[in-house]
Amino acid sequence: MSSFWERLFGRAPDKENSASAAKRRLQFVLVHDRINLPPDIMAAMKQEILDVISKYVQVNEDSIDIALHPSEGDNLNLLVAEVPFIKSRMMPKPDLEEDDDLDDLENPVA
Amino acid sequence: MGGRVVTVTSGKGGVGKTTTTANLGVALARLGKKVVMIDADIGLRNLDIVMGLENRIVYDLVDVVEGRAKVKQAMIKHKQFPDLYLIPAAQTRDKSAVSPADMVQLCNELRKEYDFIVIDSPAGIERGFRNALAPADDIVIVTNPEVSAVRDADRVIGLIEAENKGPARLILNRVKMDMVRKGEMMSADDVTDILGIKLIGMVPDDEGVVSASNNGSPVALDDKSRSGQAYRNIARRLNGEEVSFMQLDSSSGLFTKIGRLFGGK
Repeated sequence: MSSFWERLFGRAPDKENSASAAKRRLQFVLVHDRINLPPDIMAAMKQEILDVISKYVQVNEDSIDIALHPSEGDNLNLLVAEVPFIKSRMMPKPDLEEDDDLDDLENPVA
Repeated sequence: MGGRVVTVTSGKGGVGKTTTTANLGVALARLGKKVVMIDADIGLRNLDIVMGLENRIVYDLVDVVEGRAKVKQAMIKHKQFPDLYLIPAAQTRDKSAVSPADMVQLCNELRKEYDFIVIDSPAGIERGFRNALAPADDIVIVTNPEVSAVRDADRVIGLIEAENKGPARLILNRVKMDMVRKGEMMSADDVTDILGIKLIGMVPDDEGVVSASNNGSPVALDDKSRSGQAYRNIARRLNGEEVSFMQLDSSSGLFTKIGRLFGGK
């Protein structure tokens, strides 16, 4: 059932009609078709990306998403990695200036 | 100067390549051009029947390539246009009977005498497609506003680029404007956005195309046909003319929309 406004002005902006769904789905599938990466190579690439990121931060493996997205306007594509992580694995490096400040705090000059 | 070879291809079968080839051939002939159409589908002959020339075949493309006939012997002249010819496909199952080099050689010969050589490519991306592509100066990709057709068209675009040919231009066939308006069919803008090639024409879905095939008389011959008009416009664009796109949506004005709200058509 279409509303008054939909019938007057065409598609309702908040509902996805089938033509928009088709366009969106095609844009996604074509990124994969064009890139021509076989699924096993894609999987290997994703795993290596994940391994590198995991060296620096502690990742939440269940919520990772690495996918190819079409890009707006230009002819490029995007590799989009959503990697939720809990905390950094790196220790902060000690810094001479910081030590000086701490000294001042602990031994304030009256 | 020499004639131009226009290859009509698609990837997906059944989207309207043969109908397009037939109509472009006829429309170009109506513009006074000397035209040869070639059915490049080895094994599945259909351009002849759509053109109404099915009972005039003596020799075919494979006969010419294998030297059993001269080109002129295989060219069937159209009843209405003395400068419109068809070289029919063979009915052989041997797909390797014709090579891309054969097609280039044949077209080089035809270019000397004819203004346009329009090649009906078979569906698919194998040998027949490569044969049709090899001699092309202009490439026209026919597709429908439908997911599988567009996906296949994209693949074909990639293959054309890989052969350093193109850029191809798009014919969007079987457009139903009422569905596009309702958001239930992709528009020409949607499809050209997705594929990244320019549009050379849009052809409305038209039952008249079926009747026309039934009679062996392409719609481009019918001045009252809207799909015929679309094909005639495409032929003019191929010929280098700038023709504005038809308003396929005959009732797109605001007042018509309001009228429909109140129960109008």
